[in-house]
Amino acid sequence: MESLTNRSIIVSNKKMTFSEKIYLPAILSGVMITIKHLFRKSATVRYPEKTREFSEIYRGQHVLKRDDNGAERCTACGLCAVSCPAEAITMVAEERKKGEENLYREEKYAATYEINMLRCIFCGLCEEACPKEAIFLTDRLVSTDYGRDGFIYGKDKLVESATDRIDISKRQTKEVLEFKKQKQLTHNK
Amino acid sequence: MAKVVIDGTEIEVADGITILNAARQLGGHSVPPAMCYYSTLKGSGGKCRVCLVKVAQGSAKDPRPMPKLVASCSTPVADGMVIQNLTSPEVLEARKGVVEFLLINHPLDCPICDQAGECDLQNLAYEHGVGKTRYEEERRKFEKIDIGDKIKLHMTRCILCYRCTMVANQLTDNRVHGVLNRGDASEISTYIEKAVDNDFSGNMIDVCPVGALTDKTFRFKSRVWFTKPMDAHRNCTKCSGKVVLWMKDNEVLRVSARKDQYGEVKEFICNECRYDHKSATDWTIEGPRHIDRHSVIAQNHYEKTDLLTLKKEIERQIEFQKGKPLPEPNRTLAE
Repeated sequence: MESLTNRSIIVSNKKMTFSEKIYLPAILSGVMITIKHLFRKSATVRYPEKTREFSEIYRGQHVLKRDDNGAERCTACGLCAVSCPAEAITMVAEERKKGEENLYREEKYAATYEINMLRCIFCGLCEEACPKEAIFLTDRLVSTDYGRDGFIYGKDKLVESATDRIDISKRQTKEVLEFKKQKQLTHNK
Repeated sequence: MAKVVIDGTEIEVADGITILNAARQLGGHSVPPAMCYYSTLKGSGGKCRVCLVKVAQGSAKDPRPMPKLVASCSTPVADGMVIQNLTSPEVLEARKGVVEFLLINHPLDCPICDQAGECDLQNLAYEHGVGKTRYEEERRKFEKIDIGDKIKLHMTRCILCYRCTMVANQLTDNRVHGVLNRGDASEISTYIEKAVDNDFSGNMIDVCPVGALTDKTFRFKSRVWFTKPMDAHRNCTKCSGKVVLWMKDNEVLRVSARKDQYGEVKEFICNECRYDHKSATDWTIEGPRHIDRHSVIAQNHYEKTDLLTLKKEIERQIEFQKGKPLPEPNRTLAE
């Protein structure tokens, strides 16, 4: 029967020639490929002694930023949690008390803030949704663990320390920098 | 009866009702938004100017257009009136200006505000406003005030719609709060922060279109869209007892009155229902409350589909594909 698509190939039972029968040329050409690769640059790196270069906007472990005075920027508005497609973020808000102005920037803050790194798909929507420039993804990798509980990162792991800041300046898009110029809008006073 | 045309659709309404109410009888997209008008409060309206519409033809007797845009919440209809809302670019432009004016002194602290997600001003700015502000001056500042032990007043967020003072005037027997001063210096005050302790004072929270008056028992407990709204009722001697419970798991975080599709409360509830019954066992739960699919509160909420409504909707779409104009959805069946 004639084929409808012209994509079928009829199998041929072609007899091999003498040179093909002894297999040596084919083996030698295979060995040549192996030898050629010995002198090439290796495709792998010796991790963890060596690490590859990360993209400027690599989406790794999250950081909760502090502002210039060392106060936490996050105000527990819940926009990261509602935008999260994996529902990895949970938080509990609390009201700032008198005398805590140097700890939290706004009158409301996140008392607990947890990201389940096993659920997280590192899409970066939380970073995009954040109106307070509080959460950013960084080029750090989430480390391995033996249990599941260790992957629920609380504020102790997420908030950057006041002395050892994490640089996210390269992640800021043009639109964000433009928005920051309007001092009146950045945060309420 | 008066025959009026709103955005090209003719409707027959009772004499003397306002343009806004005529549009609401028609329903659909041509209903002007309203920030200060409240159908259950007498004398409300005419303050925010959000509901401006164009009257292209005054009446059948006098077909001249009205010289300026009119506030639809306080202008009565006349027979033969032709009204343009969404079809008039002039109205849309004016509305953008009004939204910008309303937002001039608004602090835009939505990430903190408990009203975010169910805020009329937020919805209005999203639908009718522009994303940028041209205002560079300092915004007005007020201290936060506790009105009684259950209500928190953020005067910075207030848009001066006067709804709360009308609640105090019309629902409670002695008003202890009002608006002081004039112009942009005006503020809601309780005369030396006197407590509002009337049984129906809590309704101020529900009528407030912004987050100026918020429930202190719900303060920062949860964002609205992480709670599950449930219709519930109980036998109450003071009010109808029909409320919405805003729940998380089995915990009742907040109790509020039921709002209709225009965000208005038809049956006000008493303070006992609002504040003192924060346990699910106190209530007879009727089921999940219908939330508009476009609202952020509808996130992750699923509803059982009414098959009859679905069938009607499919038939409506088939009609449309045949080239007939799309009839309005039949709301009465859906509710």
